[in-house]
Amino acid sequence: MTEDQDVVRFQNVGMRYGLGPEVLHDVSFRLRRGSFHFLTGPSGAGKSSLLRLMYLGHRPSRGLISLFGHDIATTPRGALPDIRRRIGVVFQDFRLVDTMTAKENVALPLRIAGASAAQIEEHVPELLRWVGLDDQIDTRPPTLSGGQKQRVAIARAVIARPALLLADEPTGNVDAEIAMRLMRLLEELNKIGTTVVVATHSEQLISRFDHPQLRLDGGELAVLPAPRPAPAPAADLRGAESA
Amino acid sequence: MIRPLPILPLARDPASRFLPWLIAFMVWLAGLALAAAMQLSTASDAWVKGVAGRLTVQVVPLADEAPAALDARVARALSLLRGTPGVARAEPVPREAAAALLEPWLGQTGLIETLPVPRLIDVVLADAAPVDTAALEARLAAAVPGAALEDHGLWLAKLVTLADAIELIAFAIVALIALAAVATIVFTTKTGLAIHREVVELLHLIGARDGFVARQFQAHAFWLGLKGGGAGFALVAATVALIAYLAGRVEAGLLPPLALGVREWGALAAVAVAVALIAMVTARITVIRALARMA
Repeated sequence: MTEDQDVVRFQNVGMRYGLGPEVLHDVSFRLRRGSFHFLTGPSGAGKSSLLRLMYLGHRPSRGLISLFGHDIATTPRGALPDIRRRIGVVFQDFRLVDTMTAKENVALPLRIAGASAAQIEEHVPELLRWVGLDDQIDTRPPTLSGGQKQRVAIARAVIARPALLLADEPTGNVDAEIAMRLMRLLEELNKIGTTVVVATHSEQLISRFDHPQLRLDGGELAVLPAPRPAPAPAADLRGAESA
Repeated sequence: MIRPLPILPLARDPASRFLPWLIAFMVWLAGLALAAAMQLSTASDAWVKGVAGRLTVQVVPLADEAPAALDARVARALSLLRGTPGVARAEPVPREAAAALLEPWLGQTGLIETLPVPRLIDVVLADAAPVDTAALEARLAAAVPGAALEDHGLWLAKLVTLADAIELIAFAIVALIALAAVATIVFTTKTGLAIHREVVELLHLIGARDGFVARQFQAHAFWLGLKGGGAGFALVAATVALIAYLAGRVEAGLLPPLALGVREWGALAAVAVAVALIAMVTARITVIRALARMA
C-alpha cells in the first residue's frame, strides 16, 4: 500500500472537546482507496468522535490527519469545502432539514455542488425509489418514521457519489430487509471505488460481512482483520442494531 | 437580482416580521433629516444668491430737515456711490416701495407719509472689482451726514454658518441611523444563525462554501431592507407633502417655499436602496465572520 492510495491517514491523533479530557489517544491508521471497514467498539468508545474527525467536523488536538493526500492542518480553509464534498456522511441523528421535503434534503449536496435542476430531477427521485421512499418524495422529515429518515439520510450521503462514505449506525432504525438493502447499497458504492466506514456496535451485523474492523476501546484504536462472513437470516440484523 | 431558492427558512423567524418596520422607521428618520438638510442648503444658496454683491445705503432724516434737503443729501450720496469704482449701479428705493415694507406693521394709512422714514439706496456691485466697504462707508459718512452703509455679507455669513451647522448635524443624524441599522442587522443575523445553527452546520459539513451560506442570509436581509426601505420612503414622501402643505398655509413668506426637486427625491429614494444594500453587506460580513470560527 502506498501513501498516495490512502484516502484517510491518521498518525498519533489525539482529540478532546474544549478543555475536557482526551477522548481519542494516539490513533493511527490508514484507509486505502476502495476499502470497507466497520468502526466498532462499545458505547462511548469514541466512534462518533473519530468519524467527526474524518468528516472534518472537529480539529484534532494533536497528531496528523491526511484526507485524499491533503494534510488537514496545513490545507487552506478555502480548500476544505472541496474535500468535504468528496465525503458522504450518514449522521447518527440524521440531521435532516425539517422544512425541506425528502427530495430537497437528498438534493442538498447536489445544490451545493452547483448541479442543475435537470440533474437533480434525474438522480434524486431515482435514488429515493431505490431506498424504498418513492411514495415519500414530497414528505417532510417530521412526518417520516425513524427508519424513513435514516434512508433519506443515507440517500443524501450517497447522492453525490462520494469518494469516502462515513456512516454512523446507518441501519439502526430500519427493518432487516431494508437494512440488508442499505448495506448492499454501501457495498455497491464500495465496489465502484468508494471507501466506506460504517460505525456500529453490532457484532451480528459485522459478522455478516467480510470486512476488517477499526476497533475503538477507551479512546484507543486497534485494526482487526476481516472475520469470516457468517450468513444468517436477515431478520436478526434489526434486533442486533437496535440492541 | 433573482432571489435564490432559500434553504434556511429565515422568513419564518420572528426578526423577519419586525425588521422591515424597524428599517422603515430608520429610513423615515434619515429621510427627514436628509430632506431638512437639502432644503436648508437650497434656502442658504438662495439667500447668498439674493444678497451677495449688494449693499444698502440708508440716509436718515435729520431733525427738522426739509424734504428738499433730504432729497439733496440722497442725491449727494447717489453721486458719490455712482462715482465709486466697483459699483455697478446705485438706485434710490422709491418711497412707495419703502412704505410697502412698513405696511404689514402700520397698515394702509397716511401715517407713513408723516413719519421720518429713512431713505434707502440699493447698491449693486460689479462682479469683477471688489469694493472696500469700510472705506466707502467712511467716505459716505464724511460726505453725507446721517448716511450709513449696510453690508449684508455680515449677517449673511452668520446665517450661512448656522445653516451649514444644521446641515452637518442632519448628516450626522443620517450616519448615526446607518450605524443603528448596521447594529440591528448584525443582531438579527446573529439571531438567525443561532436559530438555524444546526442547518448552517450541516451545510458547512457537506461542503457548502461560506459564501453559499452567507448568500442565504444576505439575500433575505436585502429583501427585508428593500421592503422596509420602500415603506420608509413612502412615509418620508407623505411627511414632506404634509409639511409642504402646512408651510404653504403660513402667510408673509416667513418660511422659504418647501419644494424638493427631482435630484432631492432621487437622493431620498437612494436612502431606501442604500439601507437594503447596507443590510445585505452587513448580513454577509456577519455570517462570514461567524463561519470562520467553525472547524
